[in-house]
Order: sequence, then structure tokens, then C-alpha cells
Amino acid sequence: MTKKVMTATAAISNAVRLAKPDVIPVYPITPMTKVAEYIADYVANGELDTEYIRVESEHSAMSAAIGASSTGVRTYTATSSQGLMYMHEVLFAAAGMRAPIVMGDANRSISSPLCIMNDQQDSITQRDAGWMQFYAKDGQEALDLTLTSFKVAENENVLLPAMVCIDGFIITHTNEIVDVPEQEDVDRFLPPYVPKYSYLDPEKPVTVGSMTDSKYYMDARYGVEVAMNKSVKVIEDAFKEFKDIFGREHDLIETYKCEDADIIFIGLGSVCSTVKVLVDEMREKGEKVGMLRVVSYRPFPSEKINEAVKNASKLAVIEKDISFGMGGALYQDLKTTVEGKEIIDFVIGLGGRDITPSTIYEVLERTKNPSKIINWIGIEEDD
Amino acid sequence: MDFPKEEFLAPGHRGCAGCGAALVVRLALKQSGKNTVVIAATGCLEVMTTPYPETAWEVPFIHVAFENAGAVASGVERALKAQGKEDVNVIAFGGDGGSVDIGLQSISGAMERGHNLTYICYDNEAYMNTGIQRSGATPWGASTTTSPSGSVSYGEDKPKKNMPMIMAAHGIPYIATASISYPEDFMQKVKKATETKGPAYIHINQPCTTGWGFEPAKTIEIGRLGVETGFWPLYEIENGEFRVTYRPTERKPVVEYLKSQKRFKHLGEDEVEKIQEYVDNQCEELGI
Ligand SMILES: Cc1ncc(C[n+]2csc(CCOP(=O)(O)OP(=O)(O)O)c2C)c(N)n1
Ligand code: SF4
Ligand SMILES: [Mg+2]
Repeated sequence: MTKKVMTATAAISNAVRLAKPDVIPVYPITPMTKVAEYIADYVANGELDTEYIRVESEHSAMSAAIGASSTGVRTYTATSSQGLMYMHEVLFAAAGMRAPIVMGDANRSISSPLCIMNDQQDSITQRDAGWMQFYAKDGQEALDLTLTSFKVAENENVLLPAMVCIDGFIITHTNEIVDVPEQEDVDRFLPPYVPKYSYLDPEKPVTVGSMTDSKYYMDARYGVEVAMNKSVKVIEDAFKEFKDIFGREHDLIETYKCEDADIIFIGLGSVCSTVKVLVDEMREKGEKVGMLRVVSYRPFPSEKINEAVKNASKLAVIEKDISFGMGGALYQDLKTTVEGKEIIDFVIGLGGRDITPSTIYEVLERTKNPSKIINWIGIEEDD
Repeated sequence: MDFPKEEFLAPGHRGCAGCGAALVVRLALKQSGKNTVVIAATGCLEVMTTPYPETAWEVPFIHVAFENAGAVASGVERALKAQGKEDVNVIAFGGDGGSVDIGLQSISGAMERGHNLTYICYDNEAYMNTGIQRSGATPWGASTTTSPSGSVSYGEDKPKKNMPMIMAAHGIPYIATASISYPEDFMQKVKKATETKGPAYIHINQPCTTGWGFEPAKTIEIGRLGVETGFWPLYEIENGEFRVTYRPTERKPVVEYLKSQKRFKHLGEDEVEKIQEYVDNQCEELGI
């Protein structure tokens, strides 16, 4: 292993280089473009032997990825925001066709108004597509989750595409120390992809992407549901193996001082790093608080979350997305899975609005003395 | 030719010093005038001119997304028609990426349906707004961030997509190529395009100081070299009639154009020769 200082996009690109996908169709978009550029450099300098397809749109990037994956090879792509939105139609196709594509997404707000800064509306909006979704807190975790994603997605009990999300700019453009694994260790963790089921091959002709009537459609959809549920165990096993080989530990959730906490902040991605620091500070002031970070948003780790929050009385959900009039998606998910707790939702940081310690203190205050369930922080609310 | 004094793109926008895209718009709008609605695709032009709460546009302007300027313009044109305002000039601007790649289908639909609009592709031969990635309009041999030159690569390995001829295949009444370095020629073409009943398409070459790698003061000079070497031909196709609108008296060797820009500086003699051959064939085919 080599420790190097690099941005998260470089870390992700290294994961891709080490995973050796056979086909990479990709289209540039800020703040994920660097991944396309690093891979182009690998190819131009002979460091990665892959079919790099410079497609003409994201719809084509995902479509080419489905074509490649359905032809039985490891496939990767990366995008963000408008690009992910433009893929929307074919994201569902990828999952329904059980194509184990891995994709990086730099979380960025969506238009209109056009804004390139961070929030998580882009990927949250794709939550029903049938993709696994992981939210990394930094470049190292993004690298690790990208490698793990290939292993899980390609597992014969899963065969679902996976998305690794990182906060645009906040993480994509931040330099940090990253431990880049050795190729031989990665090869051990992630052997070449061998598709179990048939794929496009003249030796064994199959029809992929059929039209069905009501007799079969629902069964196919249920197949995705079953795979999503099964993926929990596959992810846990993959994390164990990851630890054995690389020494780093991962889980579907991260918890910090939740055991005796009365209020637990729950969120996705890098904002939790801010919260973690503040948990210590708040505890010094006598506040019994904790932090829970959802790493795997799909599959949703309901059991683990319930276990982790069992001693708390209030959950403060901090999230960078909104289903207008209904609060954020994480809030709604927690409402469905966690019983007997007061759950309050805080919509923050949309379009990259700064999240500072005082923002989180405001969340704490409003959780202790709630006046409503859905709160927009950082703007003057219209009551 | 008399250049109207009036400007419809305000100064102080956020384009790079020496940006040719701003010139494309200034010249086009001087010609089409106040009675114009502008549609733009996502790209440098839209980003540099509309940082809320400011705008550089003195005519009505709309941007929706990257891939759909042709379709948005179709809606605008029909709504104007529904209101009896058929005299308004509808002009859509798209970068090369927004036009020849992701937006091609949307433009094709608009052209096929015969909307009364002018589509202007300002071609800087790469995705500049996101940091110089190749597009279908990137010329062979140019180094970009997704077609970098490297130990096993000489840069972009595909020739430029011939968008004006793709538009010609739609059988629309007016198609032209243009260059910012030949403003009279361009404005004459905008005049014809906006006066045409039905769809018109103009593809204008726009040197980009940041993406091509040259001094901001040289924008016009480089645009001119492009035309003088035959790298960028100027022509129009009016109701099916093809006409070259500017013929260099003596074509300069293409190497003069190539060596003026960083994006070509890695090319060796063999590659330069190949490009010269390509340009010679193109000029022969077009009668330049
Ligand atoms: C669907 C979608 N994909 C990608 C992007 C990111 N993006 C914005 S502008 C741009 C490139 C624009 O290139 P071009 O059309 O040539 O215009 P230029 O910036 O060069 O003027 C890209 C890739 C986007 N906004 N929407
Ligand atoms: S990058 Fe090029 S096209 Fe974009 S504003 Fe700068 S000079 Fe103009
Ligand atoms: Mg361009």
C-alpha cells in the first residue's frame, strides 16, 4: 500500500484503475469530470487497458454501460447532477436488467436554478431505481466503497448496479491522505468478473430486455426487491473480507456515541464529519448527543439503525434533499422504520449553502424545543 | 458594411479575456436587433452571461438544460406564433457539445419540423465550460483533457463531425459556416438566416483562448488563420445552392495554424502532414 495526498476524484479513479473494468463509457460533468480525465490519462499512458468510450451524453453513457454489462464484462461510469438526471430512464433499465454496473456520483444540486454546488438531491431522487447507493464521507472511503461495490454488485445473489456518492466539491476537490491498495491485494479481493447467467454471446443466444405482460412484470420487479434485501448480507461479508485484506473497517452505518445519547443526529456523507466533531463539543457542554451516519442508503440498514438508536428519545435528521411539502427522503425512510421516537427533519445546505457549527447548534436547539417537524435551516422560513 | 451601434449583450460578463463566444453573440444580435428572443444551451456562454442576480442579456433570454435548446426554441417559436408575434427573431445558441453531441437529436427534431428559427452553434471545438474535454467537433490531433496526448496517444483520434452537412441533409432552407474573424460575412449570414422563413443553421468557429491555448489578444488573428489555411471553410447553402463566401487568395500551410495553439503543440511532422492532407481534401471537395 502507498499513502498519497490526493483528491477524492483521484482516489476514485485509482479504485477504477485497480478494479480494471473492461468498458468505461463516460461523459464529463462538474464536479465529477476529473474522474473521466484521470481515466483518459491512464489510457493515454498505457496504465489501464480498457475500452474507454467517449460518449455524447449521459443517457448514452448509461446505455452503453448496460450494453457492455449485458455482454458480460465489468463496467464503470461516473457522473453528477444533471448527468444523473439525464440517465434517469436507463437507471431503472440497468437495475431491472440486473446489470452490475458501478457508478460514481458527485452529489450536486439540480437545475433550475442551475447551480454546480453540493447537495444530495441528484442521487436521492434516484432512490427508487433499484440501484444500491452508498454515501462516502471522504476520498478513502469512496475508494474502498468503489472496490467493494464491484464485488457486491457482481455477486450472483445480488446482480444489481451500485452507485457510490460523494459530496461534490466538499469531498471531490479536497486533498487528503489516501491509502492506495496494491494491485495484487485488489486482485485477491476482486477477481475478474465471471457472469453467472447468460449474456450476449452468439454461442448461446439469449434475449435481454424483453417486453412482458402483467403475467411476468411484477415477478421481475420483485426479483429486484429480493436482491436488494439479500445484498445486506453480501455487503457485510464483503466488508469483512475487505478488512482482512486491507485492514480498514467499514459498515452499513457509522455510529458515534449513540449508546447513551438522548438526541442522535442522522445524516449522509461528509456533513457527518462536521457533526462528529460537534458531538464531542456539545457533550462537554452537557448535551447527551450522538451521531449516526447512513453509509448504505440502499439497501437501507433498518435493523442496524433501530439497534443503534434504541436508547435515544429524539432523532434529528440532517439532510440535503427535499420532497416538497413532505420533508427529506431520509426523514421519510426513518419514519417508516423507526418506532417510538420523535423524529425531526432539517433540510440544510441545499446548493452548497455553508453548514457551519452554528448550523448544527441551531439543529440541536430546534430538536430540544421543536416548533414543527420539517425545518429549513439557513433561510428565513415563511410560517 | 454599417455596424449597428446598439449592443444587446452587456459588457462585464464573466467570459475569459479574449473570449470569442461573446463576439458571436454581440455580432449576431447587432444584426437581429431588439425584436429577438434568445435560447441557450448550458455551456460557457450561458454560464458567463447569467450569474444571478445579474444578466448580460438585453433581449429576452431562456436557458433550460444542456441537451435541449432545439426543443426549447421550438416551444418558444410556436408560442410566439400562437400570440401572433411571428415577426420575432428566435435565435438559439448552443456550444459544439450542446449541438453536435448531446443536443443533436433536439436540433434535428426542430429542423425537421420546420420551425421558424435560427440555430447558431458557437464552435470552440471542446467542452470548455467543464474544463476542455473533447466533443464530436474536436479536430483530429487536438489534445483535450479526455483525449490527452500521452506516451501511447497523439490526442483526439477522430476527425471533426461535419455538422453543417448533417444539417444540410435535413433539407432546411439556409445553412452557413462562419468565423468571428469575418464579422461582415457572419452578419450577412445572420441576416439571411433570420429573414428565412423556416429553420436556419449557422455554424461559427470561435477560438477559445483558454481551451486552445493562446494569448487573449490573438483571438481574431487565430480565427483568421483558421480560414486562411482552409482549416475552417466559409460557405453557405441557400435553398440547396452551395456557395463559398470567402476564398483565401493563397492558402497558408496548416502548420501555421497548428503551431499557434497549445492544443496542437505535441504533434509531430507526420501528424501535421496528415492534417494538411485532410485540409487539402476538404478544400478540394468544397472548391476552395
Ligand atoms: C445533462 C448534462 N450533462 C453534462 C452537463 C455538464 N456540462 C455543462 S456545460 C458542458 C460542456 C459544454 O460544452 P459546449 O456545448 O461545447 O459549450 P462550451 O462550454 O464549450 O461553450 C457540460 C459537459 C450538463 N450541464 N448537463
Ligand atoms: S473557456 Fe473559452 S469559450 Fe469559455 S469563456 Fe473562456 S474563452 Fe470563452
Ligand atoms: Mg464548446
